[in-house]
Amino acid sequence: MSRESRIAMPRTISSAETAKDGRYRRLLKRMWFYRFYYLLALPGILYFVIFHYLPMIGIVIAFKDISPFGGVVGIIEAPWVGFKHFNRFFNSIFFWDVIENTVVISGLKIIFGFPAPIIFALMLNEVTRLKFKRFVQTVSYLPHFISWVVTTGLITALLATSGGLVTEILNNMTGERWTFLTNPDQFRGILTLSHVWKTVGWSSILYLAAMAAIDPALYEAAAIDGANRFQMARYITIPSIAFVITILFIFEIGNLLDAGFEQILLLYSPAVYSVSDIIDTYVYREGLLGLKYSFAAAVGLFKGVMAFLFLIAANTLANRLGQPGLW
Amino acid sequence: MLKLSRNEKIAHAIIYFLLIALTLAFLIPFIIVFSTSFISDAEFARRGGYVLYPEAFSSGAYDILFGRSKVILNAYGVTLFRVIVGTGFNLAFTITMAYALAKKDLPGRVPLTIFVFITMVFSGGLIPRFLLVDALGLRNTLWSMVFPGLINAWNMLIMRNFFMSLPEELFDAAIVDGASPPTVLLRIVLPLSMPVIATIGLFYAVWHWNSWFDAAIYIDRSNLKPMQIILRSLLETTNMQGLEELAFIEDPPPAASLRSALIIVSTVPVLFIYPFVQRYFVKGIMIGSIKG
Repeated sequence: MSRESRIAMPRTISSAETAKDGRYRRLLKRMWFYRFYYLLALPGILYFVIFHYLPMIGIVIAFKDISPFGGVVGIIEAPWVGFKHFNRFFNSIFFWDVIENTVVISGLKIIFGFPAPIIFALMLNEVTRLKFKRFVQTVSYLPHFISWVVTTGLITALLATSGGLVTEILNNMTGERWTFLTNPDQFRGILTLSHVWKTVGWSSILYLAAMAAIDPALYEAAAIDGANRFQMARYITIPSIAFVITILFIFEIGNLLDAGFEQILLLYSPAVYSVSDIIDTYVYREGLLGLKYSFAAAVGLFKGVMAFLFLIAANTLANRLGQPGLW
Repeated sequence: MLKLSRNEKIAHAIIYFLLIALTLAFLIPFIIVFSTSFISDAEFARRGGYVLYPEAFSSGAYDILFGRSKVILNAYGVTLFRVIVGTGFNLAFTITMAYALAKKDLPGRVPLTIFVFITMVFSGGLIPRFLLVDALGLRNTLWSMVFPGLINAWNMLIMRNFFMSLPEELFDAAIVDGASPPTVLLRIVLPLSMPVIATIGLFYAVWHWNSWFDAAIYIDRSNLKPMQIILRSLLETTNMQGLEELAFIEDPPPAASLRSALIIVSTVPVLFIYPFVQRYFVKGIMIGSIKG
């Protein structure tokens, strides 16, 4: 028995080794067989390594004190300072302002911007004149295709303090001087409204698609049972698109820290910083205008980590609710 | 089909009314800007600002934008470079990677997909990205508007899902007939994929046309500035510093009408094509929303 096993043992090992060896060789052979595909993927992989993974490594500057003119050598040689920049941010007078602005503006956009396309889609769904429906849809997509720079120009045409069409009309009507874009009481409203204006049509697409997939037999059966159009919308249409609503809402929450960087950067001014300076604009001003690279990178990393946690939480929630999340 | 009750008729009237109001809300800003682009200095002084309709048409603003200002034509050129060359690069990089990742039994396919996916949920942030573009020597080159956004991970995954939906037998048959993998890609896959390539190409092209922030932080040299940057600098300043030639014009059009004309000039191409291409976009969102 022991003899046998002593003889058998090496044999098993060696055969296991050959099996492992063989698996490697087979894998290499398969990889060689697919060499053309690796070649195809290579430029893309290099792109992601250089432009996405290198900046992730570059985040080390948040824990250093780099000088704005040192270049790569300066980054490597700069002294480590631990969490100094994070502490400075957490203790700065701007910290809660910036966090509040980000969450409040984002929240306003969700409160008004999230139901808007659902209501819009429900209204379009009631339209029986197809040409009219298609026209309204096409026009509603228009704002999606223009840049924020142009949108800002349109907002200025309406609301500029001097010469804005709406401003002048209100000035003449009320006898007061209206200052929309520099008025802290109105600025968040303008951000929210212009966000809704730009996204409502385009965001309605997924809801309309979900509505188009509803079996018409459901409506016919409801009609026979004597349901009116309101009841059909309430008991057939809305439950049928509930899963789209849930999943889009969860990801809206997951993106809570993205309050609309370009929009705010293009529209705000020092007069309204107190109500509109979000994390992203703060990073931009401190970092690229103030040249405090390390500090701004630390603030950016804080946002990146928080956003990542939000997304994970949102996705976990989606999975708990039985919805396919992002992963 | 269905008979409507009185309440439902009222509700429908309200819905039609609201939809018409909404449609006007989408259009009126454009109408104002379009109208204002045609007003003369005299009319501007009399009416005091932006107008819903011009009383007399003056093409002064457009004369300057196209006739006397090299800045605008140059910016148009830079934007066209972005849109054409940039989108070409985007598509080449996106298609090749998507095609490789669509190969179902490619060893390492899942890790590679995760490798891409991570970049969608976490990024190094603005400052490291800026320092990288600086360190690579891309600042103040046209390539700073092309390379940093070569592949949009989302677009790439949409395209990968499309490639995965193509029937496998198609390729097997071609291989049996002696076609090499490159031939299969060029002769079979690409022709079959024109709709999705057009869709993604349009996504990229509109993105390039509308991009402002990347040029704003990477480009300082005036002859490399795209349309959106020039537009922004004109919208920002009260005088027209952006167009230095204006100093030599005797009777310049009002700033508001120049700005409006520039908005029109930079938007018209998009306004013109989007109604025809929107269905591709809608299709793109649909493909993207199906998980693969």
